[in-house]
Amino acid sequence: MGGFRQAMGQLAKDRSALVGFCLVMLVVLAAVFAPVISTHPEAVWDMNPVNRLKAPSGEWLFGTDRMGADIYSRVIYGARITLVIAIVAVGASLLIGVPIGLWAGWNEFWPGEALMRVSDIFLAVPQIVLAIAIAQTLGPSIQNVILALSITYWPWFARLVYAEVRALKRETFIEAAIALGVPQWRIVLQHVLPNVASPIIVRTSIGMGFTILTAASLGFLGLGAPPPAPEWGRMISESREFLPEAWWYALAPGLAIFIVVMGFNLLGDGLRDVLDPRLRRSHDH
Amino acid sequence: MRILSIIVKRLLWFIPTGVGLVAVVFFISRVIPADPAALLAGETASREAIDALRTKLGLDRPLLVQLFDYYGQLLNGDLGTSLFTTRPVSSDLLARLPATIELTLAAMLIAVVFGIPLGVISATHRNSLLDHALRIVTVGGLAVASFWLALALQLVFAMDLGWLPLQGRISGFPPKPITGFMTIDALISGRMDQFSSALRHLALPAVTLAVPALATVVRFTRAGVLDTLGKPFVDYQNAIGIPRALIVWRYVLRNALTSTVTQIGLLFGILLAGAVVIETVFQWPGIGTYAFEAILQSDYAAVMGFTVYAGGIFMIANLLVDVTHAIIDPRGDR
Repeated sequence: MGGFRQAMGQLAKDRSALVGFCLVMLVVLAAVFAPVISTHPEAVWDMNPVNRLKAPSGEWLFGTDRMGADIYSRVIYGARITLVIAIVAVGASLLIGVPIGLWAGWNEFWPGEALMRVSDIFLAVPQIVLAIAIAQTLGPSIQNVILALSITYWPWFARLVYAEVRALKRETFIEAAIALGVPQWRIVLQHVLPNVASPIIVRTSIGMGFTILTAASLGFLGLGAPPPAPEWGRMISESREFLPEAWWYALAPGLAIFIVVMGFNLLGDGLRDVLDPRLRRSHDH
Repeated sequence: MRILSIIVKRLLWFIPTGVGLVAVVFFISRVIPADPAALLAGETASREAIDALRTKLGLDRPLLVQLFDYYGQLLNGDLGTSLFTTRPVSSDLLARLPATIELTLAAMLIAVVFGIPLGVISATHRNSLLDHALRIVTVGGLAVASFWLALALQLVFAMDLGWLPLQGRISGFPPKPITGFMTIDALISGRMDQFSSALRHLALPAVTLAVPALATVVRFTRAGVLDTLGKPFVDYQNAIGIPRALIVWRYVLRNALTSTVTQIGLLFGILLAGAVVIETVFQWPGIGTYAFEAILQSDYAAVMGFTVYAGGIFMIANLLVDVTHAIIDPRGDR
């Protein structure tokens, strides 16, 4: 565990990782303490036509929307939706992609190869294109956005782990373990998995940012959580009717997306520098 | 010969991927919904109408038979009929494709023309104030939601300052379609008024679309140049007194660009995906707006047709990248 502590120490010294971590924590804390820090928690889902489209002021920090709801409070509550979507979708992609990558990379047996070809198909087209098709078929809801994003994101993990495992198999220490007769499942779990953990962690952080952007795009296109859920992408889409008068309408949700995605990207960059110097210039999207 | 073999190899890979992509889309459209016929018939359809439609569309037959039928359809260029425009989806998409390609290429041009020099300067002035500033801009460029940036630019440059048109592709009559790219068609027809109108309409969506791509180009050019600057041949050229600028902009850049070219190719996918969202903001009449309208109308065949179509274009783009890469970098044969 010494290596882990050392890595964390290095990470704390990496300025971009630190900034990234703080930005992510800001949004996480906002989501957790939403009822406490929002100024009008009661006006997140309700209609208050009297307060419709008010400009930012001490009372309404980021103004109000077409329903008369406080945009600041809605954005704070929206952090919950965004984080839940991203965490569950990326988590599911990890749970599907990593075992498939490990299995296919280790066995080099045809069912594994076949799964890797399937992942190639998903990687051959932009994620949002397939996500649109799936979300459209399933209908707009948070669960369906999560499903659409999971189905289209697991191949990134599978492909990454597959390539790493294939390379690792030729390493001397793995060959030694095989020669010693260590059971295969133990080699994979105890020797292979810890050695592919770093790129997985880096990809997870960058994947969170990427997934949040895609989820917001789906929301913007009307395929996300249905109203009145305070979903950031949909809030921005709603604002279009009220431009240029209600210039504040899209400001807060857009900034919120920017902050959280920037946070995860910076964190991912920092993690990459610390955990995997070899990957420093590798491909990301 | 080597390039030919790469093309053949990639083409052979193309076929199973295309077949697979269609199977995936088919799976999404026929297996995920509990009752595709009900979905197609719409919410107000009666039980009998749904049953009739199911039989008519052959949805009561085994899935595998349906899949092979779908392949047959696609081979004939048939993507189904749009419920909304009542025209074949394939001709709808074909009519709108030039707009999307024009927008995507314009964005790519902006990203490359500004991104490569900025990346080089960032690398040669490593850790300077300029480098740090560019880093913040590139990290930010990758984090901003494109549709939000689009609205912000519209608000400032179209609504507030009134410098550029808010949306659409041209004011007044479009030029005679020759290439389908309005800027080029206007030039060919010699209509400078139309050219300037088309260009002004293109500006905001192209810049919006270019931002994340520009950030990527800067990052990869910077990394590539830094990597190449450490090579022995640079020391040698320095030692024999070749001017620094010549070394950097000619010899280093050429070597550094190979990885950037791969990135530029991958960017095409990012741009195409971004176009789907950005086109809707600017009412740009491309395949993205088409897909968005199809989503709003629950026009099922159109959404599925768009998926297959966009996937196909993206795969062709990848193929072109591989070929370009093989031509530029004679070393790699992966």
